[in-house]
Amino acid sequence: MRYFLTYLLVLLVAIVIPIFSMYYLLNGKVAFSVVGAAMGIHTTGVSIVGGGVKAPRIKTKNLISVIFCEAVAIYGLITAIVLSGMLEKYTEPLTDLTIKQQNWMAGYVMFGAGLAVGLVNLFCGIAVGIVGSGAALSDAANAALSKWATSNLRKYILEIKLYSTGPSGLDLHPEICDNQC
Amino acid sequence: MKGCIFNIDGGYLEGLCRGFKCGILKQSDYLNLVQCETLEDLKLHLQGTDYGTFLANEPSPLAVSTIDDKLREKLVIEFQHLRNHSVEPLSTFLDFITYSYMIDNIILLITGTLHQRPISELIPKCHPLGSFEQMEAIHVAATPAELYNAVLVDTPLAPFFVDCISEQDLDEMNIEIIRNTLYKAYLEAFYEFCKQIGGTTADVMCEILAFEADRRAIIITINSFGTELSKDDRAKLYPRCGKLNPDGLAALARADDYEQVKAVAEYYAEYSALFEGAGSNVGDKTLEDKFFEHEVSLNVHAFLQQFHFGVFYSYLKLKEQECRNIVWISECVAQKHRAKIDNYIPIF
Repeated sequence: MRYFLTYLLVLLVAIVIPIFSMYYLLNGKVAFSVVGAAMGIHTTGVSIVGGGVKAPRIKTKNLISVIFCEAVAIYGLITAIVLSGMLEKYTEPLTDLTIKQQNWMAGYVMFGAGLAVGLVNLFCGIAVGIVGSGAALSDAANAALSKWATSNLRKYILEIKLYSTGPSGLDLHPEICDNQC
Repeated sequence: MKGCIFNIDGGYLEGLCRGFKCGILKQSDYLNLVQCETLEDLKLHLQGTDYGTFLANEPSPLAVSTIDDKLREKLVIEFQHLRNHSVEPLSTFLDFITYSYMIDNIILLITGTLHQRPISELIPKCHPLGSFEQMEAIHVAATPAELYNAVLVDTPLAPFFVDCISEQDLDEMNIEIIRNTLYKAYLEAFYEFCKQIGGTTADVMCEILAFEADRRAIIITINSFGTELSKDDRAKLYPRCGKLNPDGLAALARADDYEQVKAVAEYYAEYSALFEGAGSNVGDKTLEDKFFEHEVSLNVHAFLQQFHFGVFYSYLKLKEQECRNIVWISECVAQKHRAKIDNYIPIF
């Protein structure tokens, strides 16, 4: 129960800021990406530590999973930087209704872009963590499973596919933003 | 019990438990062990496995009971380590596992005091996983009600005594009935607990516990032929959390001999397969052996899923089976009676 409350709190904090600052800030995505990466790293790291007690050889090979998770967080940061590069301060007086509406629309779109990329990275991080944990424990049980020719490689390919969904969220939104901003 | 949430409290212990499980003896180790000529050879071969030098400080000549004690001691140390590092709900789960050993210990102590053995002689015979604080205080009581009020009401087993408080005197027959009634209540409580945890744990554990319940029902039925246990009393001892409930149990309660029990098992695919290969001829496996084999296969399958508590239960049961195997092989080696040395239950 306490975990749900914690996540709810993180979620609220991450959402409330964009609503207030929606037309010049979009950093909910960084929060989501980092939370996803952190949960993924935690899941994988705990299994590596647990499995490494009786099978110390798995430590070095399974750090790759942790690196994948960290890359998810970096994606969030990069997209935040890219999107924040599109921000400009609007200095002219707001006389025209259509311009004001366009500005609001641009703000909403950026918020949507940020939210989408953030949520995608959240679930990507969690998924990569779970796969990495399974890979670590199976490597501890049977060393043959860590050879490139066998299923561990396929697990890594799954991880790469999962985390390429992160930047694909990024690709969609610059087009939308270019229309509006 | 989703993946990310399970690992917060139970991930390290699951990884550790899987590490322990990788140390369980494989078929190649057993092949080495059955070729031993003496117990010293056995000790040498065990040094190469996960057990290491656990027998190093024992004086020779080695006795099989010493090997049994030392094997159990290693298992107990590992389990205590897991229990000490766990939090809710894993700690309650591990406590539930120890209750079955507590039941055995209580029955052992009651039987011993009935036969006028001193408590100090009985305590070392108790299983270490089932020890509780009031163990030394068990003294002979005239009826189970007195025993309950004096000692057992403070133990974690108190809720299981509801069905077996009676005013009848404690005697040989009654003690077995008490043991089975306690075990029935314990099994049903454990089943409810696992169901309430839900998720993968419920899937894995309920399967294993249902088989345990059905196995006990069948064994109680077969063992009660020829004794003075009435059919109604027998029906009260069957745990209700298995697949045989309710029709199979009703049919078992009416059964009069082995053939009728086998006919009841025909209705259930897994159990009919177990009765197929069993027989009392020389060279056949007994029914108990087939039950052990099925239990081992269920426990091995528990390790195929991740993020659940069943791995801890399965690890304990597999390790116990391994201890039984090693003791069987040691007995055959010690008595130089190698005809049945291959009758151990292979695990991996």
